[in-house]
Amino acid sequence: MEFIGKTTIDFIGKKNISFVISSIIAILGIIGIIQIARGAANMGIDFSGGTAVQLKFAQPVPIQEARAALAKHNLKEANLQEIKEGNKLLIKVGKTAAGQQGKAADAIENAFRQELPGNQFVVESSSEIGPAIGDKLRQDTLVAVMISMVGIVIYIAWRFDFQFGIGALVATMHDVLAMFAVFFVLNKEVNLLFITAVLTIAGYSLTDTVVVFDRIRENLHKNTKDSLTSIFNVSINEVLSRTIITSLTTFLAAGSLFFFGGEVIHDFALALLIGIAVGTYSSVFVASPIVAVWEGRTKASKA
Amino acid sequence: MSKGLTWRFSLIALFIIVSLLYLTPTLVSPLPSWWSGVLPKDKIHLGLDLQGGTHLVLDVETQKAVEGTLDLIGTDLEDVFNSKTLRYKKIGRIGGDRVGMTFYDKGTAEAAQKLIKDKYPNMELVPPYDDGGFVSIQLKMGDKEIQERKDRAVAQALETIRNRIDQFGVSEPVIAREGQTHIVVQLPGIKDPKRAIELIGRTARLEFKLVDETVNAATATPGTIPEDDEILVEKRTDPTTGAVTETPLVVKKKAMITGDLLTDAQVRIDSQFNQPYVAIEFNSTGARLFDQVTAANVGKRFAIVLDNTIYSAPVIRERISGGSAQISGSFTEKEASDLAIVLRAGSLPAPVDIVQNLTVGPSLGQDSINKGLIAGLVGVALVVIFMAIYYKMAGLVADFGMVLNVLYLMGALAALGATLTLPGIAAIVLLIGMSVDSNVLIFERIREEQRLGKPPKAALDSGYDKAFLTIMDSHVTTLITAAVLFQFGTGPVKGFAVSLSLGVIINLFTALVGTKAIFDFALLRLRVKRLSI
Repeated sequence: MEFIGKTTIDFIGKKNISFVISSIIAILGIIGIIQIARGAANMGIDFSGGTAVQLKFAQPVPIQEARAALAKHNLKEANLQEIKEGNKLLIKVGKTAAGQQGKAADAIENAFRQELPGNQFVVESSSEIGPAIGDKLRQDTLVAVMISMVGIVIYIAWRFDFQFGIGALVATMHDVLAMFAVFFVLNKEVNLLFITAVLTIAGYSLTDTVVVFDRIRENLHKNTKDSLTSIFNVSINEVLSRTIITSLTTFLAAGSLFFFGGEVIHDFALALLIGIAVGTYSSVFVASPIVAVWEGRTKASKA
Repeated sequence: MSKGLTWRFSLIALFIIVSLLYLTPTLVSPLPSWWSGVLPKDKIHLGLDLQGGTHLVLDVETQKAVEGTLDLIGTDLEDVFNSKTLRYKKIGRIGGDRVGMTFYDKGTAEAAQKLIKDKYPNMELVPPYDDGGFVSIQLKMGDKEIQERKDRAVAQALETIRNRIDQFGVSEPVIAREGQTHIVVQLPGIKDPKRAIELIGRTARLEFKLVDETVNAATATPGTIPEDDEILVEKRTDPTTGAVTETPLVVKKKAMITGDLLTDAQVRIDSQFNQPYVAIEFNSTGARLFDQVTAANVGKRFAIVLDNTIYSAPVIRERISGGSAQISGSFTEKEASDLAIVLRAGSLPAPVDIVQNLTVGPSLGQDSINKGLIAGLVGVALVVIFMAIYYKMAGLVADFGMVLNVLYLMGALAALGATLTLPGIAAIVLLIGMSVDSNVLIFERIREEQRLGKPPKAALDSGYDKAFLTIMDSHVTTLITAAVLFQFGTGPVKGFAVSLSLGVIINLFTALVGTKAIFDFALLRLRVKRLSI
């Protein structure tokens, strides 16, 4: 079976459209990152510090009632989130709201015990993170992202060419920004698991890009007569079916995580799904056109 | 070629057997009696997010340990000066690194200086200087010694916490130092995390102090009491109503006896009131001191102070010799047994601060395992079906490679004693999708070669050859990110990185050796004439 036979799509020719789309995505992503740096985005307590408690009630709790119960106990600023199945409630309190560090979880439990005496609950999970740890994690994460980016560029520059390294880097950054953009727009929580997903996708998107680059290099050696643009186009077309098949299988696997993996990794799986989609797009429409444009310019200036 | 084939199949089979061996303890429970000691017995470790439990990061306030040492030096110098009848005006810690002493005249200061030099040769001595008509000297602790002291405080705290947890009874706890001042404590499957946290975090500095009855405690304020006194609070909980009453008491600042002189602490039940109390035993020095102090203070009240809270302040009715005493208070049996544990394990050299506390209940953990398994199975099924339809027989070979991948990966996780976390399961599911990538690369190449009119065997070989470099490149880039994740990640993220990097390495083997062996077998032995791809 074959979805697509031999194709002759002019990918490089669509670069103007794709660059506009990608720029919008990238700008959104940068805004998202700036908001995160300012602490204005929906930050997980991993990075901002604070307390999160997940409770499972015997009977459903209307969110208004829960909010009122917490407000009575000076927990007005708590962030409430309902989990659809099983009467679950996730309550987050920032580091400043609850006053004393380490007491917020108790305060939340107390509030519900007193205000909703008929509704029994169990604490499913509880996390408290001091602000110092949050800062350290944020810093470590930034360093980790930088190191992996540098490592990747060095590897690709060594295996291919400097231009290719930059092309791969830009495509990867593009995907990272796109994931931030979507999470920012959807107001999803940015936490450690999200960062893990981002780094995973960085690796995945790079794999995709490398496969295309490999073919371009191979064809550049075989064929020196044709124009750069056509060699690039031919190469992308040649690996197109592979690109689609692999994205599809990975998408299927990540999709099953999204639908069946449970609430804890629901957002993580969502990040993976977004990443796989943009990673596939960027290896075709971002990475190669950049290299093509750049190589074209150097050739023209040499001539 | 066929010799190479035997060799490759043996290798594949060997890995299957080894993986199954390592997985047996996880899958079979209990292990059959003939399972010998040589064979692996460890199950795959489940992360706290899967089995429930508590993950704590404690910050040791090391500066407090340094200050504590300086306070001790101050008390020691007081004793030395008293015994040599050197009159001093004031001795006390100044800031975070020195002890200051003020004398009435220069002669005494110089005599003191000599004494100090002998006693604390390692510390820096600021020579006598005029201090508003009096003479002062300062004893300063060097930076290096402060650092050492801080270091020792963390190591000591680690040891104390380990002792406490051992006595509390948690199976497979992880207690490790992290960085300069942090201690990581993991308590898998713990039922009452609050109680454990209280037990771990308690400084447990036990002191016996005389109550100063010359001052009226009810009206005392920190400004009006003598300089060597302090106000502490006695807390009593009414066992029936649960109400807490606080009574202030004025006690001598200086502790007569401290907790480090204990040898044992046990919970006993008072037969008269049916109330639990903690019986303590002193070592010989402690027993002697206790004997002396009680003899000299019959009729006075003696406060038993734990972490600056008074547990009880009984009147000394008679001299107590023999080195045993008891701490009674209005506590429950659990509280009493926790108190006995912290007293036995010793006090922390410095207070600890809980900077991170992640607790997952057992029900959520079980829920996560179930959902992870379902997600995994659905993911595998979808990919298997898709590949079989799209690549026909060759797709089934890729599916076989993928199953091998998962089996080897689980085996490797068990063998390495790695911890399986929820993101780890996610990594495995993701790998299922990615593991067929290498095969897809190869198959697409083979199809291209076939379109060029090459016979099956040649198409197969050059397909593998041409895809090889691409596969290496893509795997190395994934490994780079996995390595970075492993380096900076904590807990679940680390688990994800472990699964990911192991999976990538294993995938190299299954894609380049595993599936190729099956194709070669089909073409050479089964004499298949046409590749079903």
